[in-house]
Amino acid sequence: MTLKPNDRVAETPESGIRKFFELAEERDDVISLGVGEPDFSAPWAARTAAIDSLQAGKTSYTANRGKLELREAIAEHVQRWDQEYDPESEILVTTGASEAVDLALRTFLEDGDTVAVHEPTYISYEPGVRFAGGEPLAVPTSADNDFLLTPEAMADAGAADADALILCYPNNPTGAVMNAEETAAVAEFCVEHDIDVIADEIYAALTYDGEHTSIATLPGMRERTIVINGFSKAYAMTGLRLGYAMGPADAIEAMNRVHQYTMLSAPTTAQYAAIEALRSCEDSLREMATEFNRRRRFVISRFEEMGLDCFTAKGAFYAFPACGGDDEAFAEELLEAEGVAVVPGSVFGPAGEGHLRISYATGMSELKTALQRIESFVETR
Amino acid sequence: MDAKRELLSLLSTDAREDVDDIARQLDTDPDTVERLLTELESEGPVRGYQAVIDWDSTDTNHVAAHVELNVELDRDTGYEEIADRIARFPAVESLRLVSGDYDFAVKVTGDSMQDVSQFISEQVAPLPAVTQTVTHFVMETYKEAGIDFGDRDGDDRLSVSP
Ligand SMILES: Cc1ncc(COP(=O)(O)O)c(C=O)c1O
Repeated sequence: MTLKPNDRVAETPESGIRKFFELAEERDDVISLGVGEPDFSAPWAARTAAIDSLQAGKTSYTANRGKLELREAIAEHVQRWDQEYDPESEILVTTGASEAVDLALRTFLEDGDTVAVHEPTYISYEPGVRFAGGEPLAVPTSADNDFLLTPEAMADAGAADADALILCYPNNPTGAVMNAEETAAVAEFCVEHDIDVIADEIYAALTYDGEHTSIATLPGMRERTIVINGFSKAYAMTGLRLGYAMGPADAIEAMNRVHQYTMLSAPTTAQYAAIEALRSCEDSLREMATEFNRRRRFVISRFEEMGLDCFTAKGAFYAFPACGGDDEAFAEELLEAEGVAVVPGSVFGPAGEGHLRISYATGMSELKTALQRIESFVETR
Repeated sequence: MDAKRELLSLLSTDAREDVDDIARQLDTDPDTVERLLTELESEGPVRGYQAVIDWDSTDTNHVAAHVELNVELDRDTGYEEIADRIARFPAVESLRLVSGDYDFAVKVTGDSMQDVSQFISEQVAPLPAVTQTVTHFVMETYKEAGIDFGDRDGDDRLSVSP
């Protein structure tokens, strides 16, 4: 057969998200709590900076690593999480955090390397590991432990022998956040067992109760961690496709070698928007976070009132209530009966079974209506 | 943020939230919200609750003007006295003392331009302290109280995404 996909691709299933997207698209009265991106637009100042750059004809490639001015702004921005990276040599601007994750996997994995992935988690990691020639190893987390990763869970899953770990907190889909102590326990395990870490911190700015702790800042971790972050979530810039990776100079140099051949440089217009976002949009960031925090509390108390177990998610814009039983059937029936779209937890790995990912990146009035509909669905079910 | 500040910030975006929903969003109980609201109302910060209306999309006659007022103070008349005299007219929707070339910025509303002009020339201009008035009729309102009247863009995000 011509253009036959290789085995890695052929064996990778369609994401479960896709199925619910198609179901939801069949109706036009759907309120969606299934959206994985902010309902805000990028801050106006950032958008005007992008417009101005286009007007000035700034449409060429940038340096492979991204505009230095942007890397300098990033270096300053991440100091809020005690991260210290040299803008010249330790930061790489990428086409979304997505590219950064893919680059890290392709740069550091040898064929057959094992990559521990805590579950439930963001859907791209396992396929990404496979595309890069590695073997994902699922490390289940559970509601009993607020979906936190522990050294015990890693040991039980056999992750002591893993070559790398992809760590994602604040987490998509659960909204779970790891505090300093919990992160330190995982860090010790990684140092002890010589495990590299890819830390996807894209939701770091959306941490509602205390500050985000980056594992890279803990003892023995900087040299073994690639930190990934981006503008999609905190600055509502998903469509502009801009993220970044930070790590030791040699590691970033190696990632840049892949990046320079496969991407050349991240989108130029987006880089102008991002420079302005970091320069002047702290207020917008704070306002969005405040609004998300209100909705978070609202959603969690509504689930409690309905009698669905919902642990207190403390980050990102997701809640992850238990639906008691088959999550896929629940989500399908809910969509059918009440026109509310949610994502079944099992889409994010078997450990997500029996739960629903509820995105509260939706205006307050729609959120209220959606939760009322879920409530009447739960009552009649 | 302390509870009152947070409540004010929430009310400033939507004053119609009911007490139960406010309590859920602020992680507190309805009784506390009731108490805070009563305090905010009686202590002064919350002066009222109004809808933000785009009059141009109704068939009501509604005209607004921004009026610049220059005044002259004397021994018996300060800004406070003048403000008090002007603020009591129902046609005066807002009144502010401002820095710059004039003293008071007044927003006046009425059923017609004639209505508004007449009010200025008969009730405001003749006041002894007023030395000059400049009236700017509002031609078009683009944004009011933080709400962009032109902003009716739908949500074009994918309905379900990772
Ligand atoms: C955990 C996580 N990482 C990465 C991404 C992708 O981010 P980007 O838009 O920067 O590629 C997402 C988007 O949903 C995400 O949830």
